[in-house]
Amino acid sequence: MALTPPRMLPSGDAAITVDFGREISTEANQRVLALDGLLERQPIAGVRETVPTYRSLLVHYDPEQIGFAALADRLTTLAQTQVETESTTKRHWRIPVCYGGEHGIDLDDAAATLQISPDDLVARHAAGAYRVAMIGFTPGWSYLSGLDPALAIPRRQAPRLLTPAGTISIGGVQTGVQCLPGPSGWHLLGRTPVRTYQLHRDPVFLLEPGDTISFSRIDAKEFAEQDRAAEHGEVVAELSAS
Amino acid sequence: MSKLLIDNVGPATSVQDAGRHGAQRYGLTPSGAMDRLSLAAANVLVGNDAFAAAVELGPLGATLTAHDGAVRLALTGAERSATIGDRAIALNESFLLADGETLTLGIARSQVFSYLAIAGGIDGEPMFGSLAVNARAGLGSPYPRPLQSGDAIPAASAVVAPERRLDLPTPPDGPIRVVLGPQDDEFGDAVATFLDSAWKVSATSDRMGYRLEGPEIRHLHGHNIVSDGTVDGSIQVPGNGQPIVLMPDRGTSGGYPKIATVITADLGRLAQLQPGRPFRFRSVSMEEAQAEYRAMAGLIRALPDRIADAQHMTLDLDALLTANVAGAATNALEI
Repeated sequence: MALTPPRMLPSGDAAITVDFGREISTEANQRVLALDGLLERQPIAGVRETVPTYRSLLVHYDPEQIGFAALADRLTTLAQTQVETESTTKRHWRIPVCYGGEHGIDLDDAAATLQISPDDLVARHAAGAYRVAMIGFTPGWSYLSGLDPALAIPRRQAPRLLTPAGTISIGGVQTGVQCLPGPSGWHLLGRTPVRTYQLHRDPVFLLEPGDTISFSRIDAKEFAEQDRAAEHGEVVAELSAS
Repeated sequence: MSKLLIDNVGPATSVQDAGRHGAQRYGLTPSGAMDRLSLAAANVLVGNDAFAAAVELGPLGATLTAHDGAVRLALTGAERSATIGDRAIALNESFLLADGETLTLGIARSQVFSYLAIAGGIDGEPMFGSLAVNARAGLGSPYPRPLQSGDAIPAASAVVAPERRLDLPTPPDGPIRVVLGPQDDEFGDAVATFLDSAWKVSATSDRMGYRLEGPEIRHLHGHNIVSDGTVDGSIQVPGNGQPIVLMPDRGTSGGYPKIATVITADLGRLAQLQPGRPFRFRSVSMEEAQAEYRAMAGLIRALPDRIADAQHMTLDLDALLTANVAGAATNALEI
């Protein structure tokens, strides 16, 4: 079946943004990941690397090997012939999270904004089935799709300049796993001891775009134990094939 | 192994090469030199691969001392004074820093970044194929951060080689060229404002992004888009309407619309613009942008052919001054 062609947008002279839509949608993200997978299995000469996002695939290429028009044609054809129902799910991860308290300083305020109890917010966040829609901004920062729409909260008026490594947070209709400490305008619900990026560990990057994720609740003591193990290179997230 | 000891250094000085590619899908930004042509020129002068790691110096000065042996060096990029004792060192020429000698570099007079290449390269441990410093990700070698006083850069011992000089073509002085998109349709008439106005690089700019000062660029539908990928040279426009050109330490994705992208051949020229100096953008076709890309790549590959033996080029200050070209000479050699 022929699919709607994506838009081929120039990102300068050495990259194309293959744009499947303007909104966050499961369908757009699945098409992004399907095209990404197809390019991995059937590489195009001159393509250097690809960066999947919620709704677009950024394709970096070498203009000495292939021009914009020729590459745009090849990508258009691939994007229209890809199998719509192709599963992009690769692996399922169970990620431990210590919610609330010092590990999730915005939990109570976020629950108040949503007019539910903090326990209810935790239960509904932890019950979600998520997919890694994209990884971006800083190493290992994983943006998840699948947040219960009833848990969407506008971003904070003033972003915090420094939020801890491992923060699990909600921003708008998105939730995510942060890896490195950094600025964030999202609401901090908890922390995971899991390092999605850790140098000198194999693998350095734990999650792949397309992986699925569920969260399991742990207490502060378990967090401290697993955090120590993770610091020494243990993965501490459970992996199962799905 | 000889070393280059950092006695004193300004901020924004770090080891850089062509950057770290292949892991942008995991959020790992490439980093790499702000001005690739100057990096390549410095390396070729000392006989290295064009994109070997070298020291990228920010606008302030530095003093560096050779230790445990001589090192052969070359300095390119921004004009600044460079001296070993009383001896002036010319830009775009290789030179020897003998064991125990100190190289003193002044502040940048024109442009921003200089490249100091070391013959044999910098001895370090590459991560994802690169020694480039990315402080946020804790990557870079020999130090995963900007250089500080007291650091030592391990260098291959200087080979015996004639001093070499490189004639670089004068870079064009015209507007910085861009390809519109990927979200220029978010701006309507503001695209014309962007192209018709004079801009200045703000003093708050850094290796992540160059903030621009000029007229407000208004969005048609607000300033939030669903995050998508960025490249070096992406020009995003946040809510305040003041564009930011993303540079090699950028985030790999962003949530502001991107009005245009600086062409690869002009990225180094933009990186070298001093804060406050007015400049303009010009929109070019994809064909022109990619032709310029290929020309720049070709120029870098051909740099070794432009090398000349500098044996007979040694500057004699007294001779220059008595030859009555003093006006130009004293300016260029001012210490």
